[in-house]
Amino acid sequence: MTTDPVWVKSERQRERERVRRSRARRSASIATASTIVFLALVVWIVTNSPGWPRVQASFFSADAFVEALPDVVDGFLLNIKIFLIAEPLILVVGLLVALARGITTPAFFPIRALATLYTDVFRGVPTLLVIFLVGFGLPALKLQGIPNDLVTLGVIALTLSYGAYVAEVLRAGIDSVHPSQLAAARSLGLSHGKAMRFVVLPQAVRRVGPPLLNDFVSLQKDTALVATLGLPEALRQAQIYASGKFNYTSYLVAALLFVLLTIPMARFTDHLAERTRRRRGA
Amino acid sequence: MSLLTVEGVWKSFHGRPVLRGVDLEVSPHEVVSLIGSSGSGKSTLLRCVNLLETVDDGAILLDGDEITDPRADVDDVRKRIGIVFQAFNLFPHMTVLDNVTLAPRQVHRVARDRAEEEAHDLLAKFGLAEKARAYPDQLSGGQQQRVAIIRALATRPRLMLLDEVTSALDPELVVEVLGVIRELKQSGMTMILTTHEMGLCRDVSDTVCFLDGGVLLEKGPPEKIFGDPDHARTREFLRSVLEAGRP
Repeated sequence: MTTDPVWVKSERQRERERVRRSRARRSASIATASTIVFLALVVWIVTNSPGWPRVQASFFSADAFVEALPDVVDGFLLNIKIFLIAEPLILVVGLLVALARGITTPAFFPIRALATLYTDVFRGVPTLLVIFLVGFGLPALKLQGIPNDLVTLGVIALTLSYGAYVAEVLRAGIDSVHPSQLAAARSLGLSHGKAMRFVVLPQAVRRVGPPLLNDFVSLQKDTALVATLGLPEALRQAQIYASGKFNYTSYLVAALLFVLLTIPMARFTDHLAERTRRRRGA
Repeated sequence: MSLLTVEGVWKSFHGRPVLRGVDLEVSPHEVVSLIGSSGSGKSTLLRCVNLLETVDDGAILLDGDEITDPRADVDDVRKRIGIVFQAFNLFPHMTVLDNVTLAPRQVHRVARDRAEEEAHDLLAKFGLAEKARAYPDQLSGGQQQRVAIIRALATRPRLMLLDEVTSALDPELVVEVLGVIRELKQSGMTMILTTHEMGLCRDVSDTVCFLDGGVLLEKGPPEKIFGDPDHARTREFLRSVLEAGRP
């Protein structure tokens, strides 16, 4: 019987690790240096532009920043509220439409056709237009039970518009699951619905996670579009401040708040993608 | 001088050792088979030679150059080594011809006309002349694997690595691929292959290496390894393979 070999790190490997470490240090210092040079260059170009003093006064005023902050934050809470209500609704609408578009039973053709028509129309019409039509058009019908609360109308408009996008993303996910998976599930005796629910959809949703979250990041920003209905959300508040004081720093405040909201979402998307990659063992 | 030298190579994944001090010499025109049970380290050794894995210790030399040196040019090393995988890994969006000519044109800067001419010659040599314009999905497994071998050959490598190239194929398709490997041997190509097919191994190898638990336990000509192995573990492995009906 041979004796079990034991690893004693060789001199060659030590040398190799030294080379790798010094290369890593070198690339890190190059990255740092090039970043500093780049940032310095950008700052220099901007601050040396002829209009910089005016821009600095009207966009980067510290006093105006502090003054505008409370109102804009107040408005921003409304953005968050709209977004939190709209998001689950969009998922439900998107899923139903995606499933409806996959129906092959002839008797349900009208449903499929309606779903197709819905995605065609609402992906084609600009979100801002949908908000106008829903926000001003729906209440004007004066029908029984149509809400005239602006927040509700804003949520309906965003849901209609984004539901179409999300439906298409989910449908792409469903299509990307290999047909053999559905066949395997059906062959175990699962009904079409159960096969979709337990086998196809879970795989589809995992695959489209990143594009789905991408749509939601986009939705977070588009909540600002309901400002056009006159809702006092962040953009509207910033506008009010800007037109009252002739200083645009309030827009910067609103922009910062939106960025602060979307960055965690973007990192969460990265995290999910990374987790999927690791699970696949790649 | 040997074409490939593996010196005391160690490799572990997440603290689990897979290769434990493997030494191996491959001479020009030699065909070496690596056998052993799943997890014995055969595939990992091939992946280390192609620099798909970084070794933890030891060295691998190709034509006398240490390719495991961190300063070595990975792309340059891979230009000299062809590898074929168990799962074919053809590019599904390209025709057979494009699959074969991609590396010659993009890496070796061969003009399209000449690359295609050479590809047609290779395809004809291995009985795939009429499949040049087909897409991988339109081919059988055996045909796909032959295209994969031709794709690796098209860059005129010094060394070919074949990783379980027949494992995903039906028995009657294995024969086609076997023919290609035999022909490669006759043309003098140096090859290292891992396999579960003892028939293939006995047929084409000059040297058979038995790996067990990351150690190269036994090495010799096929008659010796299959006829009168020195180690009990080797006998045990060969017996279990025979019982599984894969002589």
